Amino acid sequence: MIQTDILIIGAGPTGLFTVFEAGLLKLRCHLIDALPQQGGQCSEIYPKKPIYDIPAYPEILAGDLTDKLMEQIKQFEPGFTLGERADTIEKQEDGSFIVTTNKGTKHQAPVVAIAGGLGSFEPRKPPLPNIANFEDKGVEYIIRDPELYRDKKVVIAGGGDSALDWSIFLSDVASEVTLVHRRNEFRGALDSVDKVQELKDAGKINLITPAEIKGILGTDKVTGVSVERKGEEPFTVEADHFIPLFGLSPKLGPIVNWGLEIEKNAIKVNNALDYQTNIPGIYAIGDVNTYPGKLKLILCGFHEATLMCQSAYQLIHPDKKYVMKYTTVGGVEGFDGTKKEAPKAVVKAIN
Amino acid sequence: MSDITINITDREGVKHEVIAPTDMAVNLMEIVRSYELAEEGTIGVCGGMAMCASCQCYVKSEHKLPELTDDEDAMLAEAFHVEDNSRLGCQIQMSPELNGLEVELAPEM
Repeated sequence: MIQTDILIIGAGPTGLFTVFEAGLLKLRCHLIDALPQQGGQCSEIYPKKPIYDIPAYPEILAGDLTDKLMEQIKQFEPGFTLGERADTIEKQEDGSFIVTTNKGTKHQAPVVAIAGGLGSFEPRKPPLPNIANFEDKGVEYIIRDPELYRDKKVVIAGGGDSALDWSIFLSDVASEVTLVHRRNEFRGALDSVDKVQELKDAGKINLITPAEIKGILGTDKVTGVSVERKGEEPFTVEADHFIPLFGLSPKLGPIVNWGLEIEKNAIKVNNALDYQTNIPGIYAIGDVNTYPGKLKLILCGFHEATLMCQSAYQLIHPDKKYVMKYTTVGGVEGFDGTKKEAPKAVVKAIN
Repeated sequence: MSDITINITDREGVKHEVIAPTDMAVNLMEIVRSYELAEEGTIGVCGGMAMCASCQCYVKSEHKLPELTDDEDAMLAEAFHVEDNSRLGCQIQMSPELNGLEVELAPEM
């Protein structure tokens, strides 16, 4: 069981900055994120896009913002459970919460801060009527273990980096790799496109473009897919596995079952006070929350995180009175033993 | 002209005639959001960077629209329910030339 003071659901900018504000109050944090890396949307969707409204940064790339935040919180030694989605929450008799992920990892904390942005990122599923029947029976949206495909016939659909990269990788593993894309053009890295062309020419990848998957064939498991080239009759491609790789889409996910008050796909909070939800001890900050006048901006998430941490401190230490200090005055004392502080003034006397 | 009229059919098939300003640098996706014609969290997910296709719409009128950018074109190549008249709402800036534009929101992805 992972134990901490504040359990943060979501490792985007707001979740990461919460670690800093909590650290100033000597509170430890652990973060859970469904993505395999920190940064949330900033690293998953637009790492190379510039952001212009982060205070003191006239321009910063979203990926660089994540790196800077990680640097800023390093001294507070946050823990991370990445690539796992927070699934269930149970309140304990002592008032703490146990949050369990989809992989069974358990976390316990007196305070839970949901900083989940738009939600956990789920694979985008193509609108094929029977696709749900074949999930884990030959249809996989994420490749977890490439060995599953050894000597099997695999059909991959998509035109981005994932589709290209996995087609290349599996061409050495699977007995047959077919890549189906709606266009002749791919939007992945140029060298990946070149490599796929090379493998196609060598007969190691069967490339079908411009075409779409129109159906999945099989009874208990996938035996093939129906493919339609634009303007032609559909035809069948034999397959043991169909892997649609159309990117990720954020969904609020299992959080909606936690008993929280939800409005317009966001969690209602008390913004007049501390961003607490209708369940005492559970806060929601950043893009995942809603209140009158809410603005979904990173800088607003930072503000909300700051106020939330003050409230969390009082909840964890009801008998203590915290006095707010400026970092310029009090410095920053990390859990790793480091301390940053302003240099002491040198006073010299003149005789 | 600073305001124009846009006709938007939502995902339930209901038609809405809305007024859109042309002097505030807003795009069609933002108009849909401001009139709450699609549930929050289901449209404009990427904020308008042509990176999610949640604001895909079908253009039903003959208006001359801005050219498809490479980003928009690439995103539509990855999206679902794409038709020949599909565009991303976030890439259509409101301008006086679009007065009377008719669009239908594509199904939620």
